[in-house]
Amino acid sequence: MTTTGNRALMLEEPLLFEQDAPGRSGVDLPEPEDPVADRLGGLRRKGRIGLPGLSEPQVVRHYTRLSQKNYGIDSGIYPLGSCTMKHNPRLNEKMARLPGFADIHPFQPAATVQGALAVMDELANWLKALTGMPAVALSPAAGAHGELCGLMAIRAALEHRGDARRTVLVPESAHGTNPATAALCGYAVQSIPANGDGGRVSVAALRERLGGDVAAVMLTNPNTCGLFESDIVEIAQAVHEAGAFFYLDGANFNALVGRVRVADLGVDAMHINLHKTFSTPHGGGGPGAGPVVFSDTLAPFAPLPFLVHGPEGLRLAETGPAGAMPFGRLKGFHGQFGVFVRALAYMLSMGGDGLLQASSDAVLNANYLLARLKDDLTPAFPGPCMHEVLFDDRFLKDTGVTTLDLAKAMIDEGLHPMTMYFPLVVHGALLMEPTETESLASLDQFVATVKALAARARAGEAASFHESPTLSPRRRLDETAAARTPVLRWRETG
Amino acid sequence: MRYLPLTADDRAAMLDAIGAPSVEALFADIPAAARLTAPLDLPPHQGEMAVERHLTALAMKNLSAGCAPCFLGAGAYRHHLPAAVDHLIQRGEFLTSYTPYQPEISQGTLQSLFEFQTQVALITGMEVANASMYDGATACAEAAAMACRVTRRRRVLLSGGLHPHYRAVTATWVRHTGAEVEALAPDPINIEDLIGRVDDETACVVVQTPGFFGHLGDWSALAGVCHAAGALLVVAVTEPLSLGLLTAPGAMGADIVVGEGLSLAGPLSFGGPGVGLFATRDRFVRQMPGRLVGQTVDADGRRGWVLTLATREQHIRREKATSNICTNAGLVALAFSIHMALLGEAGFTRLAELNHTAAVALAARLAQIRGVRVVPSTWFNEFAVTLPRPAAEVVDALAARGILGGVPVSRFYPEYPELEPVLLIAVTETVSADDMDSLVRALTEVLA
Amino acid sequence: MSDLRFTSEHEWIRVEGDTGTVGISAYAQGQLGDMVFVDLPKVGLRVEKGAEMAVAESVKAASEVYAPAGGEVIEVNAALNTNPAAVNEDPYGRGWFLRLRLSDPGELATLMDQSTYEAYVKGLG
Repeated sequence: MTTTGNRALMLEEPLLFEQDAPGRSGVDLPEPEDPVADRLGGLRRKGRIGLPGLSEPQVVRHYTRLSQKNYGIDSGIYPLGSCTMKHNPRLNEKMARLPGFADIHPFQPAATVQGALAVMDELANWLKALTGMPAVALSPAAGAHGELCGLMAIRAALEHRGDARRTVLVPESAHGTNPATAALCGYAVQSIPANGDGGRVSVAALRERLGGDVAAVMLTNPNTCGLFESDIVEIAQAVHEAGAFFYLDGANFNALVGRVRVADLGVDAMHINLHKTFSTPHGGGGPGAGPVVFSDTLAPFAPLPFLVHGPEGLRLAETGPAGAMPFGRLKGFHGQFGVFVRALAYMLSMGGDGLLQASSDAVLNANYLLARLKDDLTPAFPGPCMHEVLFDDRFLKDTGVTTLDLAKAMIDEGLHPMTMYFPLVVHGALLMEPTETESLASLDQFVATVKALAARARAGEAASFHESPTLSPRRRLDETAAARTPVLRWRETG
Repeated sequence: MRYLPLTADDRAAMLDAIGAPSVEALFADIPAAARLTAPLDLPPHQGEMAVERHLTALAMKNLSAGCAPCFLGAGAYRHHLPAAVDHLIQRGEFLTSYTPYQPEISQGTLQSLFEFQTQVALITGMEVANASMYDGATACAEAAAMACRVTRRRRVLLSGGLHPHYRAVTATWVRHTGAEVEALAPDPINIEDLIGRVDDETACVVVQTPGFFGHLGDWSALAGVCHAAGALLVVAVTEPLSLGLLTAPGAMGADIVVGEGLSLAGPLSFGGPGVGLFATRDRFVRQMPGRLVGQTVDADGRRGWVLTLATREQHIRREKATSNICTNAGLVALAFSIHMALLGEAGFTRLAELNHTAAVALAARLAQIRGVRVVPSTWFNEFAVTLPRPAAEVVDALAARGILGGVPVSRFYPEYPELEPVLLIAVTETVSADDMDSLVRALTEVLA
Repeated sequence: MSDLRFTSEHEWIRVEGDTGTVGISAYAQGQLGDMVFVDLPKVGLRVEKGAEMAVAESVKAASEVYAPAGGEVIEVNAALNTNPAAVNEDPYGRGWFLRLRLSDPGELATLMDQSTYEAYVKGLG
């Protein structure tokens, strides 16, 4: 241990609140003009807020040091299954910061934002072309928000035809957002088995559950086991025959772009995570954007606002074309415009040919991991896989090493771990999604490292796994203590 | 293709290792009927310069607010953002990381979110805040849904002074779980009676401060009535800077405070992405939506941070989760937090004061124009005025003179003809004395 | 033989007169891991057999606790609010969740005794 607690480039950094000097500020503002009678009606704040005072150099250093405790896709491979951590092009960032896009107010007169509306229109057209679907709602802010948009449209469509159904079917391998969304939309959730055909939804089992009470089936394709639901067309038919709607979770759309149009699968609604498939940054948790494409049946129920073409160009309207029956509004303003610009910059850069190559390379990279690791790890299903590959923890049996231990040992090796313990349909899941932006050299290094770790586990080195990570800014954190006695903010002591 | 590292040789070698004859073979599980047989009719890939040219041309078609006197608000307020904010959020370790699922290599995100939670709790006067929601409107909807869970009641009362998008999003959202929403008529002159409508079936009352039309409310009495009836008081804040000058909602007895942080976090970007602020009382923390960062120690006893109380969330609790939210607004929350760190107590309160004094000064000048009446008696940096003509027409006439002169309320409430003459005018520190002169002169001309 | 009776959902109940003390089994707490929070019902709540009446939470899992028999909640173990670890340390003692006044002791007949339950758990792998 060093005197400072620092270790070379790993610098300890106190909280902002521990660096306070009252009165200090990182901005220079003019004195307010000669005091006028205020219009606060006696509601002026009394007493200090408690915000710390720091200068600009302190703030810049603070966040620079914090950033150095983070791993990003810029640092190295980030193979989080179901998260599509691909390269975030910097052109996207530059474009989103053009003053004509960044510095426009959501309620400017339409004539002054024709370029922004054209971006939304162009993005909508790309999404419709890539999916074959006739309509798109741009406003959802993320994947889960898009799911809500889809289910609300489904519920509106059912209510419109006077058909109150109360159940949504979700495979047990689904993302947790699917059942949570269905519940938020007022539906009872029933789980359907997802191990029918080696990790897939069984059409027969699904048919048994379908009935007059089922409003929708939510499916992810490729599913969270990294497998294409081969019976999807038949599933869609069965769903429609039962009078229900078919919702596709588009989180894994990266495997299909340019190769499969969801319209051809019989889908009624699907969200698209622009922050996964279309390269906009995750930003440590967000923001994202989750536009939803709709079939003709659901299109009339899409939410406000509408982007309409008129004699004076484009405008955002609160009333739709004839026949529109919007289910309501999902978001303040008009959606994640800054994310739209980034996604469109990516689409224009990649083009139709590049997007097809990207999905091909994404699938190739995942299959390469499967091929190279299949003898050392235990694949949950035989290949080929789609854009992500699922292993279970049978290869760790009797080693005393768990999936979690392996992940933590990967951290010491400078790798970001894969998704762990999801999906729930296999034991000790390790779900790896390399994406198309990983080079062969990067994959080879990843493979060699994981093989070496698996060999160490088999060689009885469990103790060192349990200690890991030892080289990261922090070692394993006590999550039990954090949850038992939550400390969710800094407080002045003494 | 500059984003794709694999070469043709790489691909061939990899197929060899896989033992597949072609990439097509890897897609064998996709039934032929579902596969496209020809490439989609989309333009081919382009270099940076071409993309930049195309998008710059579109950007040039917009009037950026910095190029015109801008008095637009209505939930999105244009403030100056210190250069350090945008620089720091573009560090790749912040920009390109995921939700901090592996805390050992995510302490940067986690510590900054812990600081964000603390800042939000401090300015709202609440005990605990989460790590962000999508935006203010969805945070408002989540607050109403949470109030229904906490109280096990279904009636949600929405003030007419609440932003119309917040009202619409909340009504859309909670209706699906069986809540009954009573939205009072838009209330420019602040005469609605909320207290008289609270009863023992009310889950929550949702108000906004400063109100959509500008009014500042003292919600203490309403809070008392809510609590006596077993209901919660939700306060929405669309302009977080106001909290630098005004008594915090928490000090007035609010149970949940939600807000939109966009105005302090980044460029307006046509309204998004923003960042939803969500704060409440400690005793409700297990009913909160969204991610929470908590402090703990690592195996060596050193202080560190983790995501905590995750059993509320969808990835564990599935259909019983408090919300379906997963992705939030992490990077915008970071920008908000960096800006707050730069401002500090002194800067935050002074910036608020500057906004208010400028708004008071402009209101006094506008009130002298024939036919213009300032509606509220109290406000922070935005107030409604009534005009002798439909506000939308006046706004177009001002736009023709190169002035973004305010937001006509009819944009949100076309069904209320009496609101046609009402215009919202916001004044921030970015409005110069010349800008104010321009508005006064142009408005005088337009109304003459 | 212990006086405990078990459900297939891993709750146990110990009956004294017309009241039953309820908790979760050693197996259940082991599966959940370190307990961080126990959400207990209000005293006075009436439950049917099989109804959800509490939630046991660890860091990464939450599990509903169902009523092994119908009745009225007459007491809850408030000590778990400050020390949920008692469920891990002493699941059949200090880790009890609540006491029920049973509406129909006959409902207990379908529950397993300890040896049957242990065999059942072994069968779960």
